[in-house]
Amino acid sequence: MSELKTLATVWLDGCSGCHMSLLDMDERLIELSSQFQLVYSPLVDRKTFPDRVDVTLVEGAVASEEDLKKIRKIREHTQILVSLGDCALTGNVSAMRNTCGPQAVFLRVYQENADLHRQVPTVGVPALLDRVRPVHEVVPVDVYVPGCPPSADTIYQVLSETLAGHIPTLGGVAHFG
Amino acid sequence: MSAEPNIRTLCIDGVYISARSDQTILEAAREHNVAIPTLCHLDGLSEVGACRLCLVEVKGARRLLPACVTQVAEGMEVTTHSPKIDRYRTMILELFFAERNHVCSVCVANGACELQSLALTLGMTHVEIPYQYPQLPVDASHPRFTVDHNRCVLCTRCVRVCSEIEGANTWGVMGRGGQSLVITDLKEPWGASETCTSCGKCVQVCPTGAIFEKTRAGSKVRKHPEFLPYLRIMREGEQA
Repeated sequence: MSELKTLATVWLDGCSGCHMSLLDMDERLIELSSQFQLVYSPLVDRKTFPDRVDVTLVEGAVASEEDLKKIRKIREHTQILVSLGDCALTGNVSAMRNTCGPQAVFLRVYQENADLHRQVPTVGVPALLDRVRPVHEVVPVDVYVPGCPPSADTIYQVLSETLAGHIPTLGGVAHFG
Repeated sequence: MSAEPNIRTLCIDGVYISARSDQTILEAAREHNVAIPTLCHLDGLSEVGACRLCLVEVKGARRLLPACVTQVAEGMEVTTHSPKIDRYRTMILELFFAERNHVCSVCVANGACELQSLALTLGMTHVEIPYQYPQLPVDASHPRFTVDHNRCVLCTRCVRVCSEIEGANTWGVMGRGGQSLVITDLKEPWGASETCTSCGKCVQVCPTGAIFEKTRAGSKVRKHPEFLPYLRIMREGEQA
């Protein structure tokens, strides 16, 4: 029997809805699980990204210095990089702050709407980028999967094909929103 | 009626068809079930050739021509789908998405938007052109309707329906290029417009979530522009 494929999933600036949709595959996860080993994910414990991963699903847009560092490292160590969902693809809700910039968001959240300790947190949190960017603006992407979130059926199709080493195209199959 | 024969024979995608001489390539193609994508075109309104999605190749023409404003001609050879045309159409769609702030997931028209479904049918999965993120206003001053310029594609269907069908001429366009805005009266708040009859035709013809009827959060907008050709025919019948 051939070696199991390695799969990673990452969560950048998104709501985790794409991961929920991944879990929505229900019993099909059991069927697929015989083909891969989940080596890095918000769903498992490992803290560092492995050296070589066959397929990585990326949920979320690139919004902070940390996201930027992560996605560059992930690209370097991933064979097939999948942009999963509208945030990764377009910036989506995460990028709605791009019309006003991060300072306006800080002001609104940590000053105007705060009752106590009105200050912008700086310790232990990554600095926000001036602009939230879709993943493919930062690193090359192999598979684009639209949807907010993409349906479990779509994710199943993407996983089945990428784990078999194919690059699926979702044009005409999955829509934004 | 003129006795002159007004039928033209032309070739669309290798198939010979007949069309009336006053028909456009788009009309002739659709009559023969040849699909050409459109966004600014709407049955029942005049043509403006604003969106350019209906670009087709006409043998002998040095550039692509918009099918909605190009009249048929005898012996014309038209190609409606080719790798080049598909590339142009996807690029045009990407320009629409990049120009303003289209966030399908939180839009009232999600699932009923012509821009969104064009992205699906033309296979556009992402936008290569850098997003512009312009700061644009939302006018909710009208008691029943809202205009959100973030979602406007400047197709001018609202302007045309208001002028050609309702006769109110409330809607117009100001500015140029990316700075253009559809406006009510002389850029007065919609709610303060003295010409608007609140008929809601602009709401029904808007292809995106730019003009919508106020409703409860989370409820889905469904548009019904199909009344237009019917209204047109009935009115022409009255005049005859």
